[in-house]
Amino acid sequence: MAGWLPPEALTALALSLRVSLWATGLSLPFGLAVAWLLARRRFPGHGLLNGLVHLPLILPPVVTGYLLLLAFGRRGVIGGWLHEVLGVTLAFRWTGAVLAAAVMAFPLMVRAIRLSLEAVDPRLEEAAATLGASRLAVFATVTLPLILPGLLAGAVLSFAKAFGEFGATITFVANIPGQTQTLPLAIYTFLQVPEGEGAALRLVLVSIAIAMTALGLSELLARRIARRVGGR
Amino acid sequence: MLEVAIRSSRPDLDLAFAAPGGVTALFGPSGAGKTSILRAVAGLATPDAGRIHSDRPLFDSATGLNLPPHRRRIACVFQEPRLFPHLSVAANLRYGQRFAADRPSLPEARLIDILGIGPILRRRTATLSGGEAQRVALGRAILAAPRLLLLDEPMTALDAPRRAEIMTCLERLRDETGLPMLLVSHALDEVVRLATTLVMIEGGRLRAAGPVADLLADPALAETLGGREAGALLAGRVAGRDPDGLTRIDTAAGPLWLPQALVPGVAMRLRVRAGDITLALTRPEGLSALNILPVTVTALVPDGQGPGVTVRLDCAGAPLLARITARSCAAMALRPGLPVWAVLKALSIAGAG
Repeated sequence: MAGWLPPEALTALALSLRVSLWATGLSLPFGLAVAWLLARRRFPGHGLLNGLVHLPLILPPVVTGYLLLLAFGRRGVIGGWLHEVLGVTLAFRWTGAVLAAAVMAFPLMVRAIRLSLEAVDPRLEEAAATLGASRLAVFATVTLPLILPGLLAGAVLSFAKAFGEFGATITFVANIPGQTQTLPLAIYTFLQVPEGEGAALRLVLVSIAIAMTALGLSELLARRIARRVGGR
Repeated sequence: MLEVAIRSSRPDLDLAFAAPGGVTALFGPSGAGKTSILRAVAGLATPDAGRIHSDRPLFDSATGLNLPPHRRRIACVFQEPRLFPHLSVAANLRYGQRFAADRPSLPEARLIDILGIGPILRRRTATLSGGEAQRVALGRAILAAPRLLLLDEPMTALDAPRRAEIMTCLERLRDETGLPMLLVSHALDEVVRLATTLVMIEGGRLRAAGPVADLLADPALAETLGGREAGALLAGRVAGRDPDGLTRIDTAAGPLWLPQALVPGVAMRLRVRAGDITLALTRPEGLSALNILPVTVTALVPDGQGPGVTVRLDCAGAPLLARITARSCAAMALRPGLPVWAVLKALSIAGAG
């Protein structure tokens, strides 16, 4: 593939895979926690949290990226603290691309997990409790296995969204080859130069292949899990 | 010994009762609050006030004690089996074992044998029939080694043959485990066969509580128990089999005959429904009925509304109930102290002992 794709395209592809995997993996526990709060708890600020989670879905990505820059930039409220105390810099680094992708994909992940949580029959959890299972044990042995298809669907959606993220990423971490130039950014860059169209087209094909593979894999897994948790 | 004294506004409950060992039936019409009481005992719902004790305090609004369900050691079998769909039958059965502090009251192998679920252990739960699933749920609850077993109308969702199967299983489990059980039911035949103590609930209040035989023969409760369905229990012992195939059972009031083949010497309880007794002033002659007993009228309780009268009879010390019409009662001039003959049109075996 090295001859077929220019080196900077290969770098972008590797970076994109890395960013999307990290973004998905890191947001999974948070997505599960937020989905559980939204599906199972009623508290003041429930609507606010729901709105906040969905914000990246309805805001223009550029706005989300700019807000991230304000908050997580070197002089931002959180970014400044992260830099001073932990020595972590997000702006204009690949780690920032992970954050941008995770934030943009978060609503999709939460939505999928929440739907599957709401589909779990609470009577099964009651039965488990009367059989001696603590709340944590009920979650680990009944709830979690039953929402596995939803978790998987959430992860795949989140991965796909992270893989294709453009607006928030370019605003927050810019377009630095080898650092923050993900696949969509690379395609955009190739399209800016007259002889880049071929490379862009090849990258488009690669991204289609990756998307289809992810979807197919998740379908396969989801069907097997659904059969298992359906008791058949 | 389970002691319950609870009050709540939604659902409307205000009652107290005690359940000594054995099987206690919570009996009453649907909507009476039976399931709500059960959920409070299990810890799945919290009453506004009161206390619940079963060997040790589980809930006490005065001290703020409210043990969560998993620490109460009270297992529950619900109307629907509630098997975990992601686990096999065997894994469902053993689910509670890892949390149990004690050994179950019955070895697993014996339990599987009683429930007849050996052949289905490797199956997935979705392939089970309703009766099979409910038997697995029953086994799962017992293997969790509870100190008290709650049964929330576990047979209502089943057809008659399946119901009979579960009833037989429950009888054997009751006798072999000695586990105290609280059974919610609105079917009197379940109560009569399984329970030793009866707690009657109406509109979230206690109507009556006591040994099953006493309450069944209480004419004041006959209407609540369902009129003709009310009735008494007669204790007897199988004497032997006559050449024509009938089995003789000796009771305090005299011999009775049943068509079933029974083992001689076995003690049993016979149920006589109030609607299955005909009264006669003189010993009837030329009647096809076999079982006729001399009895004495002890009380007459007319229905509040309707043309029925519940007659309480003394049958050599054992109480019997008969349901007749007010018109017959007047025509026969029945009064307490009058000796009459009771013609038993039907008898059923309520259980051993």
